[in-house]
Amino acid sequence: MLSRIAESLFWIGRYVERADGTARILDVHLERLNHLPPEDQRSVAQELLGVMGSRPDHDEFGLPELLHAIAYDRTHATSIAGSLGAARENARRARETVSSSLWECLNTTYYGLSQHRKDVVGTYRFCHWVLERTAMVGGLTDTTMSHDESWLFLVLGRSLERADMTARMLSTREVHTAGMSWVNMLRCAGAYESFLRTRRAAFDDRHAAEFLLMDRLFPRSIVYALRDADEALAKLDPSDTRLGHINDARRIVGQARTFLEFHRTDDLMVELPEHMERVQRAVAQASDAISRKYFNRADELAWVGEVS
Amino acid sequence: MHGQPIDEKLSSMSDLFEDYAVAAARTGAYDEMFAPDQVARSTYRQLEGALASLDLADVSSRADSMARTFLDRGVTFDYAGEERPFPLDIVPRVISAGEWDVLERGVAQRVRALEAFLNDVYSKMSVASDGVVPRRIITSSKHFHRQVHGFEPAGGVRVHISGIDVVRDGAGTFRVLEDNVRVPSGVSYVLENRRAMAKGLPEAFSQQPIRPVEEYPRRLLSALRRTAPAGVDEPTVVVLTPGVFNSAYFEHTLLAGLMGVELVEGRDLICRGNRVYMRTTAGEQRVDVIYKRIDDDFLDPLQFRSDSMLGCPGLVNAARAGGVTIANAVGNGVADDKLVYSYVPDLIRYYLGEEPIIANVDTFRLEEDDAREEVLDRLDELVVKPVDGSGGKGLVIGPDASPEELETLRRRLIEDPRGWIAQPVLQLSTVPTLSGNKFGPRHVDLRPFAVNDGEDVWVLPGGLTRVALKEGSLIVNSSQGGGSKDTWVLAQSRNVPIEAEPRHSISIRERTSVWPVESSWRDRQAEQQ
Repeated sequence: MLSRIAESLFWIGRYVERADGTARILDVHLERLNHLPPEDQRSVAQELLGVMGSRPDHDEFGLPELLHAIAYDRTHATSIAGSLGAARENARRARETVSSSLWECLNTTYYGLSQHRKDVVGTYRFCHWVLERTAMVGGLTDTTMSHDESWLFLVLGRSLERADMTARMLSTREVHTAGMSWVNMLRCAGAYESFLRTRRAAFDDRHAAEFLLMDRLFPRSIVYALRDADEALAKLDPSDTRLGHINDARRIVGQARTFLEFHRTDDLMVELPEHMERVQRAVAQASDAISRKYFNRADELAWVGEVS
Repeated sequence: MHGQPIDEKLSSMSDLFEDYAVAAARTGAYDEMFAPDQVARSTYRQLEGALASLDLADVSSRADSMARTFLDRGVTFDYAGEERPFPLDIVPRVISAGEWDVLERGVAQRVRALEAFLNDVYSKMSVASDGVVPRRIITSSKHFHRQVHGFEPAGGVRVHISGIDVVRDGAGTFRVLEDNVRVPSGVSYVLENRRAMAKGLPEAFSQQPIRPVEEYPRRLLSALRRTAPAGVDEPTVVVLTPGVFNSAYFEHTLLAGLMGVELVEGRDLICRGNRVYMRTTAGEQRVDVIYKRIDDDFLDPLQFRSDSMLGCPGLVNAARAGGVTIANAVGNGVADDKLVYSYVPDLIRYYLGEEPIIANVDTFRLEEDDAREEVLDRLDELVVKPVDGSGGKGLVIGPDASPEELETLRRRLIEDPRGWIAQPVLQLSTVPTLSGNKFGPRHVDLRPFAVNDGEDVWVLPGGLTRVALKEGSLIVNSSQGGGSKDTWVLAQSRNVPIEAEPRHSISIRERTSVWPVESSWRDRQAEQQ
């Protein structure tokens, strides 16, 4: 298939998953944030923005600014509206490849973005709506597209972004909020009930973090998401079945996954920041490696330009 | 509202609170939000400010959206075979830290006294031999079960979970209306109400510290596990439900889900050798603690109603042999018999040597001749309740009853004086409640929930505030047109719940590295980013 199309599909997967994860984090933390007095709100809002990968541009950055930055700002793909817009833009370029129902779903979502009130109450509804839409995108992706190469690129993007978002959910533990942080982490991932069913009694930060990091059966855990990415990569490049050269993306994803999956430690909470950092870095590196291997027109053009 | 001129404040709220003062004066009750001069009490100031920023359109759209969320989430109760969303009003009920301190101590005190009473009733019954409560009153209670006489329950607790209903009388004093130590329900609405309110009225939350309620399931699970039979290291807890047709089924699923334990029906259990097992795909699995949400009468066909399909034969013997903990213990109903209720202040003095912290409502015992005479004379101004009723069943409010109803009641009272108690009509306190296009005063009660793990009685901050949605009605039960309100207990100061452990992640990041050193020879290009 065309590299350009593959790249679009990969980014549809990433952007939709990013919108989903961001909406989940926002929904849960907005509730906490809203319970804080205004002065604390400001510092927590800034830290949350940091977890999502941006820096506040001024000191007065507070709750309304946070809502704008991670929910409604169309100009940046780090916000929910921005990533859903970008996903739709990518789908527009690959319209003949994605199923018409998937395109329509993304397009409807895009037009629905502006129909929400941007205050706190409206944002709760917005998050709820986004989760419904992204679930629909996920369902249509899996049920209306052949599970061929194009679908694999979509799944690859989705899985990598999911690992990244779960890492961010775990990082919200460090954000100074009221209440028990592990409950928040789990609720972000929609994992609260699943987690409770696996643990009969003792639950605390460590168990929750372990669950989101390493559980082999929960689909939003980092190990699970990385395994999905690994499988997609393996199917995309079937030549790599024996010893010898393995492509960079598979190596990065595989090393990160196996390290986490078989890592045992007595003090997970102390190591957690490093895990999060490494997972996020691995996702970024894998994404770059995938771009180089499959979507590499930009690089080549630059190189050609240099020689001529 | 800070420094805002009063006129302006009133004008912005005038449409929603129009005529409120008049309606409140008409009820003659204590209003929780407004003092008689229509000035908000200090606990409600922040809330008043938050409400003032909303207009009718805001309020009704939020109320609609909360109702829809409840329906979506299945927060319903069963009404005449139909699932209905449990009505949640948008105005919360607020309790100050000082008031709550009294309520908390009063509820815990009551639970400790009832626990001691039940232990005594099912062993020596010294409370009767010492003349505190007549023996015949205990033994004639419908829920006094001889089947469980003479043994200490495994884990040593009988009242694991209780709901003590309190009301405020016309003077604003809290009084206990009844005790529920069998299967108190409603805590799921406390949890769901808070979730809905956090999203429905966010303005009011940032202004003041409100004590959280979400730890309830963990407290409950920990109490259930601590009272497991001796010698069990990792106790298996289950919630026993009568099934999907029970009106509180939603609550059973929610609690089981939030505790991460199995929700079982009687047919999932099996008793053998005085141990209880559940049938699972991996064979039979031992059950150590059963949180029982069915009535004693249906629990064990070998001991109680033999036609019951809801329970499991052998449970009572298993509990007697110490093979399983049943929470709440079988036979607790004798403690929430309403005639026994009238003796609870004496029980507190007798068992704990303390004065009751929260008083009872004055109660006429119809077995006493003078009291009966007086009640029969004044039937039209009293409330008469059956001693074992729950959910407002069988209750007659004298002033609202027709002469025929009163005549029937009179005959039944003379026939069975043990079966009834009478109390003066209490004007339950009122809280503003959305009704149509404005707020009106509606009567409320309060059910705080207590969890006893054998060492300590923990009271969930707040509890369930039920509200009679019909103007003037005093009946708050959901089966008779009642709704609920979120109940906020204000925290003394903010910094209690917020302070997390000291954050040292930055220094740690520099110190520790558990990941293998990155192999940069391959990632050269990637590192250029």
